[in-house]
Amino acid sequence: MSKMSKGRFGVHGGMYIPETLMNAVNEVDEAYRKYKDDPEFNRELTSMLNEYAGRPSRLYYAKRMTKALRGAKIYLKREDMNHTGSHKVNNVIGQMLLAKRMGKTRVIAETGAGQHGVATATVAAMMDMECEIFMGKEDTVRQALNVYRMKLLGAKVHVVDSGTATLKDAVSETFREWTNRIDDTHYVLGSVMGPYPFPEMVRDFQSVISREIKSQIMEKEGKLPDAVIACVGGGSNAMGAFYNFIEDKNVKLIGCEAAGKGVDTFETAATISVGRPGIFHGMKSYFCQDEYGQIAPVYSISAGLDYPGIGPEHAYLHDLGRAEYVAVTDDEAVEAFEYLSRTEGVIPAIESAHAVAHAMKLAPAMAEDKIIVINISGRGDKDCAAIARYRGEDIYE
Amino acid sequence: MSRITETFKDKKAFIPFITCGDPDLETTEKLVYAMDRARADIIELGIPFSDPMAEGPVIQAANIRALSGVGMVTTDKVFDMVRKIRKTTDIPLVFMTYANVVFSYGSERFISACRESGMDGLILPDIPYEEKDEFAPLCRRYGIDFISLVAPTSEDRIEKIANDAEGFMYCVSSLGVTGTRSGITTDVGEMVKRVKKIKDIPCAVGFGISDTVTAKDMAACSDGVIVGSAIIKIIAEYKRDCIPYVEDYVRKMKEAVS
Repeated sequence: MSKMSKGRFGVHGGMYIPETLMNAVNEVDEAYRKYKDDPEFNRELTSMLNEYAGRPSRLYYAKRMTKALRGAKIYLKREDMNHTGSHKVNNVIGQMLLAKRMGKTRVIAETGAGQHGVATATVAAMMDMECEIFMGKEDTVRQALNVYRMKLLGAKVHVVDSGTATLKDAVSETFREWTNRIDDTHYVLGSVMGPYPFPEMVRDFQSVISREIKSQIMEKEGKLPDAVIACVGGGSNAMGAFYNFIEDKNVKLIGCEAAGKGVDTFETAATISVGRPGIFHGMKSYFCQDEYGQIAPVYSISAGLDYPGIGPEHAYLHDLGRAEYVAVTDDEAVEAFEYLSRTEGVIPAIESAHAVAHAMKLAPAMAEDKIIVINISGRGDKDCAAIARYRGEDIYE
Repeated sequence: MSRITETFKDKKAFIPFITCGDPDLETTEKLVYAMDRARADIIELGIPFSDPMAEGPVIQAANIRALSGVGMVTTDKVFDMVRKIRKTTDIPLVFMTYANVVFSYGSERFISACRESGMDGLILPDIPYEEKDEFAPLCRRYGIDFISLVAPTSEDRIEKIANDAEGFMYCVSSLGVTGTRSGITTDVGEMVKRVKKIKDIPCAVGFGISDTVTAKDMAACSDGVIVGSAIIKIIAEYKRDCIPYVEDYVRKMKEAVS
C-alpha cells in the first residue's frame, strides 16, 4: 500500500478533486484549523446555534410509542425542531461563520430534499451573503415547496438535469460551479462527505447532536443509551448523533440506509448493503456502482437519502464493526412516517422515518430497562404531499 | 525519454481528445486513424465515466452517449479497441478518465493492461498531487506516463507538481470545466515559464480552445494544445459520418499550431 494522503478514516476519505480546486479546499482546511478551537469563533457559533437555530434541541421521551412497542424506552432527539426544520442548520451556521472569516461573499450548495438548501439560503439571508443552490430536477418536483422557500429567502436555485437529476448530480454540478468561481465563493457542502476537510469539519459541526444527547440522557436516566439510531444518506445527522458515543463501546450505533424498493432490486440507495469501495465526489468510500466503476442510478422515496455513496467515516465505522448499517425500504419508512405522526404527534422527515422504522423493529426485542435514542433529523411537513401521492391521494401543496 | 515527451521535440504538438464509444467504438477507431492522417501528434482517448466532475456539458453528453444503449462502452472493450489500433498505428495514445474507472478495475490490472495494449500515458483529472502516489508509482513500473495538471489556481503548488511531472504537463488554461469559451484570460505563458523553471518538460495547454486563432496563441507560449469539446461537437453533429469533418478540423488546427 502506498502512503496515504491526509483526511483518512482507515483507507477511506482523502481528497480526490481536480487541481483547480486544491487551493480552495486547502484554504478551507487552513481556516478550519485556525478557528476550530478559537474561543471567539466558538462563542459566536454557540450563540447563533442557541439564539438563531433554537438549540439545544429537546430529547423527548416517546411515551406512547414506548408503551405500544412494549420494549426498550424510546427517546426522540428533536433535530426537527431546529430553525429551518432539520439538523442541516448546525453545519451551515458553522461553515457560514468560517466563510465570513475567509472573506467570502458568496456561497453555493447542493441539496437533495431541499433541507440543506433551505438552511443555507436561510443563514445566507441572515448573514447577507449571496447564495446559489443546485438541486436535481427530479428533486425540485418532489420537493417543490422547498424550492419556493429557497427563492423566498433570496437564493438562486439552479435546476440540474444532468445524469439522474438527483442529489449526486447536484453535488457534481456544485463542484463544477466552484471551479468557475473560487475567489469570493465558499462551497457549503451539506454532508460528511466530499474531499478532506469536509467530512471531518461537517462531523464536528454536527457533533453538537451527540454532545447534547449525552448530557440530556444522563440527566433524565442517569445512564447512556443502549442504541442510537439515525438515517444515513451522506450521513451527517448520523455522524453527529454517533460521534460522542464512538468511545462508549456499549452504545450500539445504527445507521439506517434507504433500501428503496429493496436491496435485491436496482431501485435502492443502500450503499453499505450493495456498494463497493470506490473513488467519487472527492473521497474514497463505498459507492453503488457497476463492475466498471460507473456510478449507479440509485433510488429512494426520500430525496435526502437518494445518494449512491456514504461519508468516509461511516465507511470506516462499518469496516471496524463499530457501527451497524441496516437497510429500510420505502414501504417501511412510509409506515413509520404515519406511525410516529399518529402515535406521538411528531411528523418526521421521510429521511428520519427510516430510523423510526428500524427502531420499531428493534424496540420490542429489547428489555424495558434498555434505552433507544432515535435522531429525528428533520420534520416531515415537506414530505406530506409526496406521501399523500404515495398513498394514492392527490393533494395540492 | 518517453514516446510522449519525444513527440514534442522540434515541434508544437496538437492533441485532440475524443470519448471512446461516442457514437460507437468502430467510429472511435476510425477517428484515431483519421486524426493520425491529419497529423495529430498525440491522441487523448476518454474512457467514459458516468459522473465526470471536470467536464462541461459537451463532454458530459458524450460520456452519457457512450455509456447508454446496448453498445455500452466498458473498460474491457476500450482495451480491445486499443489493441486493434496498435496493429495499424504507433501514434502516442493517452487515456483520460476518472479515478473510479481505474480503481474499480483494479489499479494495477488497469495500468498493466495499458502497457500490454500499447497505451503511452494516463490522465486522471480527479487525482491531484496529494493522491497521485496511489497511481503514479504503478504507472512508472509499467512504463506509462502519469500526466499531471496545473491550473490557474495552482500558484505555489506549481513547483512541486512540476518537479514530479512525467510525459508532458497539462496546463489548464482557465477556471471552470472543459468546454469552449470566449477567451482565455490566464497568463498561460507565465504558467509555462514557472513549470519550465523547475523541470524541462513539454507543456500542453487545454480547456477552452476551439478555433485556430486561440490555438495559435496558446501554442506560441507553450509546446502544444489540447482540444476536446470542439471535436466532440462535430462528432455529436455528424455522428458516424463525422470522420472527414473531424479529419479536416484536426488538419486545420495542426497547421495553426505549427
